[in-house]
Amino acid sequence: MRDMNMKKLKKNAFRYSKVRGETASRIRIPGGVINAKSMAKAAEIAEKYGNGTVFITNRQGFEIPGIKMEDIPRVNMELQSIIEDSGVNQGEPGQGYPASGTRNVVSCPGSRLCPFGCYDTTKFARKMDKHIFPNNLHVKIAFTGCSNDCAKVRMNDFGIIGMTEPQYNPDRCVGCEQCVKYCRIRSVNALKAVNGKIVRDASACVGCGVCVAYCPTRAWTRSKEHFFRLVLLGRTGKKNPRLAEDFIKWVNEENIMKIVKNAYAYVEEFIDKNALEGKEHIGYILDRTGFDEFLKWAMKDVELNPEAEISRRIYWGGKFYDRGYGRSKGGLQA
Amino acid sequence: MGYVLSSEGFSKALHELGGSYRLYAPVRKEGEGRFTDVDVVRYDFVHEAGEIELSTKSDYAFKEILTPLSETLFFFTEQSVKDADKDTSPVIIFVRSCDLHAVKRLDQIYLANGKAEDWFYRRIRDSVRFALIGCSESCENGFCVSMKTNRADEGYMFSVDEDGGKFYVDVKDDEAAKIFAAHAESSQPVTARYVTENDTDVNVPENVPNSIYKSDIWDEYTQRCINCGRCNFVCPTCTCYTMQDVYYTDNGRVGERRRVGASCMVDGYTNVAGGGQYRKTNGERMRFKVLHKVWDFRRRFGYDMCVGCGRCDDVCPEYISFANCVNKLDAAIKEAGNDE
Repeated sequence: MRDMNMKKLKKNAFRYSKVRGETASRIRIPGGVINAKSMAKAAEIAEKYGNGTVFITNRQGFEIPGIKMEDIPRVNMELQSIIEDSGVNQGEPGQGYPASGTRNVVSCPGSRLCPFGCYDTTKFARKMDKHIFPNNLHVKIAFTGCSNDCAKVRMNDFGIIGMTEPQYNPDRCVGCEQCVKYCRIRSVNALKAVNGKIVRDASACVGCGVCVAYCPTRAWTRSKEHFFRLVLLGRTGKKNPRLAEDFIKWVNEENIMKIVKNAYAYVEEFIDKNALEGKEHIGYILDRTGFDEFLKWAMKDVELNPEAEISRRIYWGGKFYDRGYGRSKGGLQA
Repeated sequence: MGYVLSSEGFSKALHELGGSYRLYAPVRKEGEGRFTDVDVVRYDFVHEAGEIELSTKSDYAFKEILTPLSETLFFFTEQSVKDADKDTSPVIIFVRSCDLHAVKRLDQIYLANGKAEDWFYRRIRDSVRFALIGCSESCENGFCVSMKTNRADEGYMFSVDEDGGKFYVDVKDDEAAKIFAAHAESSQPVTARYVTENDTDVNVPENVPNSIYKSDIWDEYTQRCINCGRCNFVCPTCTCYTMQDVYYTDNGRVGERRRVGASCMVDGYTNVAGGGQYRKTNGERMRFKVLHKVWDFRRRFGYDMCVGCGRCDDVCPEYISFANCVNKLDAAIKEAGNDE
């Protein structure tokens, strides 16, 4: 006789499998970095309780498939060292993960490794995970080091894109114009040479730091403070997949932490109480309440840093499969 | 005259010297490197001994005070010209042995290359004196032993070596000796530390036949090099500059002439009127640079331009090694010689 509370099982970060009686353990790795010994532990669990394979997920987690439901308590015990190593908030030790709604917080390699990373993405992702997890609400957050967006943060509810404000020292500039050239080729063509020195169009600049990376004399350097572009409410899915839109450019870390926390309160207030399995993407809630209501909640007690440029009205695009658009016959054309 | 000073005594002595001299030294600039949270060590004026980066070789050379990256030479309007003001109060520059040898190369080019001295260089050069930072161990890419620049016995006011929290100075200047003596814990003979071997050994060819100009050893650099010129800008002996005549945009009848650093690797260096360009490929530019450093300069002045500081190898984003290129050059010449 097998009597499983599947709601509890899923909340405990085990997957509903198509194979009856089996499940998969979902390991959360905020910021995408764990120690090699935790990796070995995951492999050990897969060998001991699973089918000997590990699935690397899209959101930088592991899923260990082929686990017998009866083994869940034992697997949870074995997960303990990984949970502690990855710094994930937990309720009772030995009980596995306390929630699965808010998804793993993703990051690109960032400045730990990448020459273009504008900040330590893993560090910020872990800090954010500590801030918002455990939580049952279906929220996706991702961090990327620069505007290349290798972490695909625009497909998340909250996307954090690193920026540096280039600092120019004309006394060190020889006018070689490599910054101008590489900004044009690799970025957004925000620089031009005027009278042998460089002029930056601040409104066009995306803060990617390409000018700094290519400057041969340290005429361009990075700002002491790290800045971010916060993008909102991108999503995949059947109804209305869309990319996240720009919310605040040049925002600082402190404000991002507040805004994300505030957004959780907004969701608690306005989520469809009858939503299937209690899951509703924030974007669909916002579609119902309107942007102004969201803005009111998100910006509660937020004092924007002086550099920040906020969009007070956002329109999203994307596909509208749920409203007749894009149907092959008989529907309206988008 | 040699003295041993505590950290505090050394600070006081420098503070006192600072009353008569501006102090120009390698400084660690936090977060000002190419990449996020990476420092750069470059020269700047300091007020305290603690600001001086004594343990690491600077990423950029001291030459920026003698040949600024960007310097306005004079202003002009209609019939009038005015020299730009320049602070020519005395300076002590803190350099390592390789860089002290580089001073001779800079002087050669700006003061003794042809009949005329460079007036703007002379004006600042006369206000400059040197302090020698000893080297307790070889830096990663340096090849000063090969270039015979690992040791400097003269040309400095005093040397400084930090060891176990004590500062050892060899003072060659009477005025400075009085100051150090006043703050010293003891007096004893001091020799500035220097290295006697590097990880990198470079074989500089004695003779370079013209046939090497057409050798295929340069071809790989056409592919590998991105002509960014960082090797030139960090080099203590690169002296090339270009001019910018700038007319102010508000009033085109007023302007200034600027002298800015130039690089033989960067686009535009060999451009001439009519659209010609003598060295188009990066391989040709590499050939010019390398031969200039270890052959052409010697033919004219009798000694090599390169001092083996290794900064070009430290900075190259494509991991091109100048030192290894010289060794390849030497091997190619020897091989060609054996064939004949």
